Amino acid sequence: MEFRGTVHKYGRDIDTDVIIPARYLNTSVPEELAEHCMEDLDAGFVGKVAAGDILVADENFGCGSSREHAPIAIKAAGVSVIIAKSFARIFYRNAINTGLPIMEAPDAVDGISDGDKVVVDADSGTITNETTGATYRAQPFPPFIKDIIETGGLIESVKQRVRG
Amino acid sequence: MSRPMTITEKILAAHAGLPEVEPGQLVNCRLDLVLANDVTAPIAIREFAKIGIDHVWDAGKIALVPDHYTPNKDIKSAEQAKLMREFARAQGISHYYEIGCMGVEHALLPEQGVVGAGDVIIGADSHTCTYGALGAFATGVGSTDAAVGMATGEAWFKVPPSLRFNVTGTLGRWVSAKDIILHIIGLIGVDGALYQAMEFTGDTIESLSMEGRMTICNMAIEAGGKSGIIAVDDTTRAYMKGRTERPWTEYFSDPDAVYAQVYEIDATAIKPTVSFPHLPSNTRPAEDARDVWVNQVVIGSCTNGRLEDLRIAAEILKGRHVHPDVRLIILPATQQIYRDAMHEGLFDIFLDAGAAVSTPTCGPCLGGHMGILAAGERAMATTNRNFVGRMGDPTSEVYLGSPAVAAATAVAGHIAVPEDLG
Repeated sequence: MEFRGTVHKYGRDIDTDVIIPARYLNTSVPEELAEHCMEDLDAGFVGKVAAGDILVADENFGCGSSREHAPIAIKAAGVSVIIAKSFARIFYRNAINTGLPIMEAPDAVDGISDGDKVVVDADSGTITNETTGATYRAQPFPPFIKDIIETGGLIESVKQRVRG
Repeated sequence: MSRPMTITEKILAAHAGLPEVEPGQLVNCRLDLVLANDVTAPIAIREFAKIGIDHVWDAGKIALVPDHYTPNKDIKSAEQAKLMREFARAQGISHYYEIGCMGVEHALLPEQGVVGAGDVIIGADSHTCTYGALGAFATGVGSTDAAVGMATGEAWFKVPPSLRFNVTGTLGRWVSAKDIILHIIGLIGVDGALYQAMEFTGDTIESLSMEGRMTICNMAIEAGGKSGIIAVDDTTRAYMKGRTERPWTEYFSDPDAVYAQVYEIDATAIKPTVSFPHLPSNTRPAEDARDVWVNQVVIGSCTNGRLEDLRIAAEILKGRHVHPDVRLIILPATQQIYRDAMHEGLFDIFLDAGAAVSTPTCGPCLGGHMGILAAGERAMATTNRNFVGRMGDPTSEVYLGSPAVAAATAVAGHIAVPEDLG
């Protein structure tokens, strides 16, 4: 699977409260959540993000609350993939479980600037910065997690197991 | 002879049906409890429905607690609570707690004996790690993991490396468990324990009540930890006896167990500590923060809303009055704590001091309701997070501290330690 989009770059410790503030957690409708995505960090985010765009961030992306509303809001806002130096562990699980592609690639994060055009080949883990021409490799997923992703998320893989 | 293991590795191995496990290993574990709240359960219920089975794996091993936006603050949150209530009834979930017997989940479930030593617990709430205080492996997950847990009674984990925090020495006057964990988070940072288990040992930890131990394990997630854990001792046994509804199992780390790192913490050097905006790791001694004036003080939450916390606040507030520019909101974390505090006369002290006392709710901790901050306002809170906009407007600020510092701050009007009140 390939993703191509404009990069929106943020710093470290981006917490789930700024990704989707709790004042909007009285709903779980993806489109409603998407309207407020990243609101307390970058009020202009929803206005500028286009379908397929890519989030890039430093260490510990998605720290804080376990709210699955965070990856749901990001996905519904149109983001195709998140590249970070590291992810907070609950966000990591939630992204995989909900089918939001994520990649850990510290070198890529250092080599990509806000506004760059980037292409991600999720299968090979190759990240190409079209603006600079540089290429990077993401950490591969363990096979067990790759299986979940390829099956279409955790619910799909459990459905197959329950039926089997 | 199997390899030496930590308490965390032993619990995961036992629940995976394996003689031993090691860090990095992926294991599928049998669960003793799955929980969710009124924010996370609606998504979990929706995902559960997609799996295509009619009934949860075990209606006695699921806990649903409407605590975040309850008593419901608006129509949308009432709809979410209704969805959860109807699911609980339809599935025959025994551990569903309606308003009137409800409490903040991580204070409520240990109090009600629903969690016990040796358990493996997942909860769709990041502060599920609280139950490590009882010698259980407990970790926060998202709604989809909770849905699968409700359906199958199992979850996959990557066995975490363990960090050991050996805390020794006597705590100073007004220094509490909250100060220990804020100190540790300040030391290692908000991702200092990322993907790892935090094991707390030492005579200082052993001297703490169960309340204090829960405060420490509760905030493991604020250092990025997968779990926090404290081995069972006589304090734990006394707490669980007559309370915990299932037989429990005690596990202990082998003396030669391997840790990714061991931190030696001198408790005598820990001062009342405050986390400045906007990260729990941004810590300073409270005595260096007296120039920070506040508009609101919140005493409550799954971190510090237990009886011991309220008693400390009452000790400081007795015979004093809240500063005229400060709103003090006190939220006993469960109905039982509420009743006990009332019987002990703590409410009279709080009301005489000019505080508002609320029915149990997570409320202001997550910026839900019951004390939202306006633009530019500041709060001192005994809660667990001070991210941008956590308690209200994105330009508001939250300072984290212990019940003692919070109560002293409410009286002084600025961040203070109890000694400042004279």
